[in-house]
Amino acid sequence: MKKFASKLLMAVVAVSLCAAPAFAENIKIGAILAVTGGASFLGGPEARSLEMMVEEINAKGGINGDKIELIIKDSAASPEKAISFAKQLIEEDKVLAIIGPSTSGETMKIKNICQQAKTPLISCGAAEVIVNPVASYVFKTPQKDSFAVKKIYMEMNKLGISKIAVLAGNTGFGKAGKGQLLKIAPEFGIEVVEVEVYDKKSNDLSAVVAKIKANKDVQAVINWSIVPAQAIVPKNMRQAGWDVPLFQSHGFGNIKYVEAAGAAAEGIIFPAGRLLIADSLADDNPQKALLMAYKKNYESKFNEPASTFGGHGYDAITILAAAIAEGGNDRDKVRTAIENLKNFAGTGGVFSFSAEDHNGLDIDAFQMMTVKDGKFVAYTGK
Amino acid sequence: MKKLLSVLPLLAVVIGIHFLTSATDTMYYLTQMTMSAYYALLIIGLCVLMGYAGQISLGHAGFFAIGGYLSAALTTRNLIPFQDTALVGLLDSAGMLLSGQDLYGEALLVVSPWAASLVAVSAAAVIAVIIGIPVLKLKGHYLAMATLGFGIIIYRVVLALEYFGEADGISEVPAFVLFSGLSVSGNFSDRVQNYYIAWGLLLLGMVLLLNLIDSRVGRALRGIHGSDEAADAMGVNTSRFKLQTFVLSAVFAAIAGVFLTHYNGGIGPSEAGVMKSVRYVAIVAVGGMAHLWGALLMGVVLNFLSLRGVFGSYDDAVFGLILIVIMLFAPNGILSLNLRHRLKRYLRQRKEDREGEA
Amino acid sequence: MTTELFIQYLMAGITYGSIYAIVAIGFNIIYNTTGIINFAQGEFVMFGGMIAITLLQFMSLPLAIASSVVITMLIGALIEICFIRWLKSPSVLRMIIITIGISILSREVAVHIWGESIRSLPYFVGNEISSVGVLGARVSPQVFWVVAASAIMVVCLGIFFKTTSVGREMRACASNRKAATLCGINTRNMVTLSFVLSAGIGALAGCVMSPITYSQYDMGTGLAIKGFTVAILGGLGSSGGAVAAGLLLGILEAFSVSVVPLAFQDAISIAILLTILFVRPQGLFGSKEAAGLSEF
Repeated sequence: MKKFASKLLMAVVAVSLCAAPAFAENIKIGAILAVTGGASFLGGPEARSLEMMVEEINAKGGINGDKIELIIKDSAASPEKAISFAKQLIEEDKVLAIIGPSTSGETMKIKNICQQAKTPLISCGAAEVIVNPVASYVFKTPQKDSFAVKKIYMEMNKLGISKIAVLAGNTGFGKAGKGQLLKIAPEFGIEVVEVEVYDKKSNDLSAVVAKIKANKDVQAVINWSIVPAQAIVPKNMRQAGWDVPLFQSHGFGNIKYVEAAGAAAEGIIFPAGRLLIADSLADDNPQKALLMAYKKNYESKFNEPASTFGGHGYDAITILAAAIAEGGNDRDKVRTAIENLKNFAGTGGVFSFSAEDHNGLDIDAFQMMTVKDGKFVAYTGK
Repeated sequence: MKKLLSVLPLLAVVIGIHFLTSATDTMYYLTQMTMSAYYALLIIGLCVLMGYAGQISLGHAGFFAIGGYLSAALTTRNLIPFQDTALVGLLDSAGMLLSGQDLYGEALLVVSPWAASLVAVSAAAVIAVIIGIPVLKLKGHYLAMATLGFGIIIYRVVLALEYFGEADGISEVPAFVLFSGLSVSGNFSDRVQNYYIAWGLLLLGMVLLLNLIDSRVGRALRGIHGSDEAADAMGVNTSRFKLQTFVLSAVFAAIAGVFLTHYNGGIGPSEAGVMKSVRYVAIVAVGGMAHLWGALLMGVVLNFLSLRGVFGSYDDAVFGLILIVIMLFAPNGILSLNLRHRLKRYLRQRKEDREGEA
Repeated sequence: MTTELFIQYLMAGITYGSIYAIVAIGFNIIYNTTGIINFAQGEFVMFGGMIAITLLQFMSLPLAIASSVVITMLIGALIEICFIRWLKSPSVLRMIIITIGISILSREVAVHIWGESIRSLPYFVGNEISSVGVLGARVSPQVFWVVAASAIMVVCLGIFFKTTSVGREMRACASNRKAATLCGINTRNMVTLSFVLSAGIGALAGCVMSPITYSQYDMGTGLAIKGFTVAILGGLGSSGGAVAAGLLLGILEAFSVSVVPLAFQDAISIAILLTILFVRPQGLFGSKEAAGLSEF
């Protein structure tokens, strides 16, 4: 019920913000997120994190005395809506910057629009094409897929695994990950012997698990996805009595999927940002304080576990806030300020942007984790 | 000719909106007006198929996607790796290719938008003929299922093929230069001309369809809607007329797809989804099945509001509600409510009542 | 293909098939009494699962499932009474659009009550990793619950329609509504009853499949499309046809994994359906007259 109320409030705020005339002294920030529709498990937590942070910033008196006005647009993961909203936010609401969209597909549709209109865009999409090649006004907060892939392959080398099967969901996240997995495999001497792509709405994958299980060469499975299939694949594998190591992507960073997979989630190895194991970090870790605070605030406010997806939204707004503190209410100065941001601790890692690197994270942003007794813990090898 | 006159008021409205927004400094409304016009183009085509020929299609987003995706893929996918093959050489000598450089300085060889859009629209027409022949023999729920199935197949194909960008769709689709100085593109500077291109196309489509339903074909179509058998008995070649309308509406959808894709600079799989097809059918129903003007009005209004995000996260909910309410209380569409007429009647009634009392 | 793999595919296919068949039977019950396809059928399945999951916090599993089925039946009745009962001879197309509207609205209600995340009932026996050996293959015990629930439902429905007087009245309604009315049967109540029945069946399906497939607010559309496919394939209105077609489609899908990429699975099953419709417009097991009956 609380959630319903908060959503209602959000919708009312969003609608009234579109309609109401602007207050001159406010800094307007637009957000295009898939709050509903097929990617709502990304957009929902992202939108909630943004609201929470903006509320927090405004409660502290804003940035240099200016309040932030957040306009959230729900794209429901449709590119055509994202395009329409981007134009609307840029021209009509004259926002300083846009956060989102939640998916890579939508981001790629509005990359050029934002670049052309010289409006900073901080995407929450995963694919590397968003920032490679670099467009000067386009940034992204989620870690690069290629780093996640390398992290996994390094671990496989240690375990002596050389022949693997790859499963991926048919979302933008799955597509980008599958591409990187296949591309990078030879560098680590790993051979991908089976590749399957499943539908994002799949609800049972026992047939396809049976198929790859029949290939006796497979020493480990990587399931690259962001959808409920992350809980279904482990279940179907364990039910089939197949106990090769299962690796998943950083899309697994939501404890709900662990709960859904129950006993089958035990032992899954995956790379993710440190948010998930915040309380077990060393006290001198630069991320620890903010991770603990974000987790505590989010969980008490929305009564649901914090996920790394919400963290992408958190990172986007805090990076933007830091840049606004530096550059004020000016699109160009904010853009330059983001590019100059160094050693900035966020939920996804420690960001250091530059003119060539608009993601700002390195491979150390990832930590290998596993599931033990229904909880995320750091993976320490066999 | 008379039909040409009947769209003149609409033309006046279109120009009026332009001046109104330009006077009030709200030109940004034209962006969504342009997009809505393309969706409305598909919807009026579907209206003739559903309202006049009486055939439901739950797969029209498929034709939209065929148009949009083919045109997008042909104008974006680089042919440089294949430039030595015979086919590419043939296309080149036919003047159908454009070469240049992309944003990052790589050599680029793509099909020109004119050629690509012709290919896309003809492909939609051919596919419409191929599936139309068997599908239109079906009736009732079987027809609904078959067209729905066609839509799902198209959705699956674009989602599964790398050529169509899988889940990400196709981005960075170039502008479609109709002729020099006039191009379909989303650039902020081209907004006014694109508004007129979209509405010009929609008006043209409207004139065409109004003429069609008033012609011999239109009378035949209405006959089909009333009773297939009776029309058949009267010597109307029902299956041919049904097929022609089906193909026509598919072509309308494909043209809308081509233009909107170039305008947006990209297309994603959501455009091919089942929910989109359902939405189109529903808008036709809300506007009034056999009511082109109603379909046009609702097509523009509902899409405009939705694209502006007026309903926030309740977009689908509001849409579902409108659908149910209209279907429950005004099954012949929103225009059938005829509010002016009712108001008049109500006032007259009151006047009579008062006179009666006096 | 080894026997083990064959059995594994077969069991997966039977699981999918049973689920499709139950949804298709839900379609058929309403189709038989009203001549319409209820596109909100998938939402009954969703409501069944979601309500049971919520109730589980307050009561035991069997009780939660039973209550959820009853509550969903009430929802079914409510929908019929609010949106359908008072319409005078609505056209088929109008009914399709109204039920699509109901389906969209139900989904929106669900997302605002339960949120976008996935939930599930616990496994009835064992847990996520327990499995039973079948001729060398291993399957989850929940699969047997799904198959058994479907089988029991089909048998019970058969008995209900053949032997009880209400069942016979519903069948009378199905074969000729006017004649049934003339015989003194209250056809309107029969229509409400058909909604209640099909909501209950959907809800029960939603509960038994929830541990395997999870429950989510938007699961209805996919199920409805599959159920509709199966109903058409089996011939609209035929329960036996629905079971046969459901199992056939499920098994076909499971085995297709070995030859075509998974991404095309749906496209393949639909293409098969289209081909069959073109050759035999009344479906595999339907009669020609049935196909010609309803028009828009």
